[in-house]
Amino acid sequence: MVENQTSSAQQPAKAAGSAHAIDLKKVSKAFGPVQANKDIDLTVKRNSIHGIVGENGAGKSTLMSILYGFYTADSGEIWVNGQLVKIKDSSHALELGIGMVHQHFMLVENFTVLENIILGAEGEFLLDSSKAKARDELTRLAKDYGLDVDPDALIEDLSVGQEQRVEILKALYRGADVLILDEPTGVLTPTEADQLFRILEQLRDEGKTIILITHKLREIMAVTDTVSVMRQGEMVGTIATADTSPEQLAEMMVGRRVLLRVDKTPAKPGDVVLEVKNLSVTDEIGVPRVKDVSFNVKAGEIVGIAGVAGNGQSQLLRAISGMEAPLLGDVRINGELVRFEGDDSAAKVREMGLAHVPEDRLKMGLVTQFQEWENSLLGYHDSEKYGSGPFLSVKDAIADAEKRIEMFDIRPRNPRLKTANFSGGNQQKVVLAREMDRELDVLVVGQPTRGVDIGAIEFIHKQIIELRDQGKAVLLVSVELDEIRALSDRVLVMFDGEIVTELAPDATERDFGLSMAGVDPKEGA
Amino acid sequence: MSARQPLPNWVTIVLMPALNVLLAFIIGGLAVAMIGENPLDAMWALFYGAFGTGMGWGFTLHYATNFIFTGLAVAVAYHAGMFNIGGEGQAYVAGLGAIVVALWLDQTHWTLVLLGSTAAAMVMGALWAIIPGWLQAKRGSHVVITTIMFNFIASAFMGYMLVQVITAPGANAETRTIAEPGRLPLMSDWFDAFQYSPLNITFFFGILALIFTYVLIWRTKLGYKIRTLGANPEAARYAGISAVAVIIIAMAISGALAGLMAVNEAVGVQKRLVVGYVAGVGFVGIAVAFMGRSHPVGIALAALLFGALYQGGQELAFELPAVPSELVLIIQALVILFTGAMGEMFHPVLERIFAKKIEAAPEEATTSTGEA
Repeated sequence: MVENQTSSAQQPAKAAGSAHAIDLKKVSKAFGPVQANKDIDLTVKRNSIHGIVGENGAGKSTLMSILYGFYTADSGEIWVNGQLVKIKDSSHALELGIGMVHQHFMLVENFTVLENIILGAEGEFLLDSSKAKARDELTRLAKDYGLDVDPDALIEDLSVGQEQRVEILKALYRGADVLILDEPTGVLTPTEADQLFRILEQLRDEGKTIILITHKLREIMAVTDTVSVMRQGEMVGTIATADTSPEQLAEMMVGRRVLLRVDKTPAKPGDVVLEVKNLSVTDEIGVPRVKDVSFNVKAGEIVGIAGVAGNGQSQLLRAISGMEAPLLGDVRINGELVRFEGDDSAAKVREMGLAHVPEDRLKMGLVTQFQEWENSLLGYHDSEKYGSGPFLSVKDAIADAEKRIEMFDIRPRNPRLKTANFSGGNQQKVVLAREMDRELDVLVVGQPTRGVDIGAIEFIHKQIIELRDQGKAVLLVSVELDEIRALSDRVLVMFDGEIVTELAPDATERDFGLSMAGVDPKEGA
Repeated sequence: MSARQPLPNWVTIVLMPALNVLLAFIIGGLAVAMIGENPLDAMWALFYGAFGTGMGWGFTLHYATNFIFTGLAVAVAYHAGMFNIGGEGQAYVAGLGAIVVALWLDQTHWTLVLLGSTAAAMVMGALWAIIPGWLQAKRGSHVVITTIMFNFIASAFMGYMLVQVITAPGANAETRTIAEPGRLPLMSDWFDAFQYSPLNITFFFGILALIFTYVLIWRTKLGYKIRTLGANPEAARYAGISAVAVIIIAMAISGALAGLMAVNEAVGVQKRLVVGYVAGVGFVGIAVAFMGRSHPVGIALAALLFGALYQGGQELAFELPAVPSELVLIIQALVILFTGAMGEMFHPVLERIFAKKIEAAPEEATTSTGEA
């Protein structure tokens, strides 16, 4: 079935003399009043790694969803292997040889690799015979593309990098010739990311076509052959990667010159403001996530916590900010012990001078169905500033929100608008403005620029450094290693709930790679 | 990126419920036609019965007052993210407090009876709601389950009280009647138009309760906490809002509002407490709250509609004896079905009509282009 499709599809392609795997012509897609894609032209050459970059909301994911059959384009043509097609749904896309590796893996945790790979493509009534066939095919694929995974291993026992390989194998097993990868390195250590790139190169050399969606310019430079830049739903341009630079790409993405480097002076650390001692935290089902962690943050310095997502950073943040009582250990702010009693410790911690920008603004930092001004007082709603006694002064709260909208250049400039209607970057500014525009001694900030556009990243980084220069202590937790290195004065690397080592922000890539995988480079050497 | 487009406010709040009610009446009309009566006659009887006379208005507004109390009770809990199904039981138990105080004070003056029984009803209703609230906050027992259970417990407990403890001598399962000096004034004492109707001074409490709820939810810090917890419990935790405290307080307010029904119905009209006096009003409150989108204005309108259905339905059964009273229940059920369970049915159609208009207006478009 699959072979029929591709062979018949290849005929006209060759007749037309086209070496294009994908050709999009004037593809448009609107969601109500929002034009997500506008007259997009995109040509992807066969046997190439084609990068697509753009800020959040530039329309990359929508475009790929159209190609994968998840959305239907309002207008425009899609040519696959030189043949005009109308992609009905994702199984149709697969028949055409287009496979997708999602940002969030779609695997059944307590199934084996083999079972996951045949899931949805079992083929026959009896499982055993299709399993045997799949095993042969899997061995062949693993050999051809260097994708080594034990077919009988349970998914829950695999590392994130291995899980991703299973996702790629899944797509290949279903006959994908064109692989779309959506932000594939978000959950990987630098070493794992490099391994992924080697796999992608091998796939290309074996005749596959790769489309890589990412917002990390470093990855584009490292692995792609060609790169297309999108901005505000439009295609800005396509260039050979060899002919461009990260600075040029950033300029194309934002539409103006941006500073990729953060300028800052050396830190002048003062007294210890935040002290964490022998802290252990378990998650909601009782699994230990933070194990005996101790560190401190001094006034006037930024301490970064690096590490791959899911190594206990979330639970560490929750405990420090008073959202979760730790199992063991102490948190002190200005020498004062935080008492975890009741379920409103976060309010007490705020009163002690800690401001918290949570790592997930949509889940924690904001109530998206609230109007902007209502989010501008979240956590500070009991303040006399927003009305005396039990009453809430809407007028005062709106005036306060308007002031912050001005200070942090939040757009649109309307505090009466529902927060869900703001872009990711502006939502983050709402949170940041709320937490920074007050008396504070220590700012705890998680993933400050996740899902935030480059222009806003620049602004947010500047604000954080300014705060440090005012003599405040900053604890920065981020999975973006570049961000950690650019902002921090000291870096602690977290792995499996423990702090592996402390590194200088200018330590080598190798040291970061090793420690993020749990090996202390100082001991290893 | 949600596929669902936001509609103009007036469409969601006014047009959509109006269409739902219209559809309920059309299908109800079909049912009337099936038993061989003229649907238009039936609808006219229903409408005239509810709004045609001063007495009709009086009954409609009296029933509406009950529904305002139980509807607001559901709404307050709903804003805190809880589904309080226990209005029925809370109003029932509140009747005990209200009547005991009323009977105790009925030789003094009606103002004392009004204030005393109001306070007692609110306290009892609140207590009956606090227990499920506490169980939810501290023990994680789902409030839907516990409030349903508490309706049954209330029913058994009140049955016992009325049969064994506070029974009037010689009566069967009811208290003695409130003596003349303690009876609440009827509206008909002041306005002739409301003659022969049970509408009484508690109606003003209904209006006050609507205003109180609006101020509480949107103009106080407590209301802010309630809404934050209801909309996003994680954000509430992040903000240092105590879920335990807010849940218990919101349930207490909810129960107190439901309890106010006892003052209107038991003290004001029946002047004694009888077994099962709530008669489903607590449950209708759920439909009222949903139809009114948990907003006081919406609840006032929905309560008026249900009050009219109650009153008009009785008149309909009287005017057209061929129409069985069950048919009125069917129409009420259809209204609940179309406004509650299927309330979003017209959304896709209205979206197609109004989304185009939004697109046509460029200023509207720029404000919502935030996330592309």
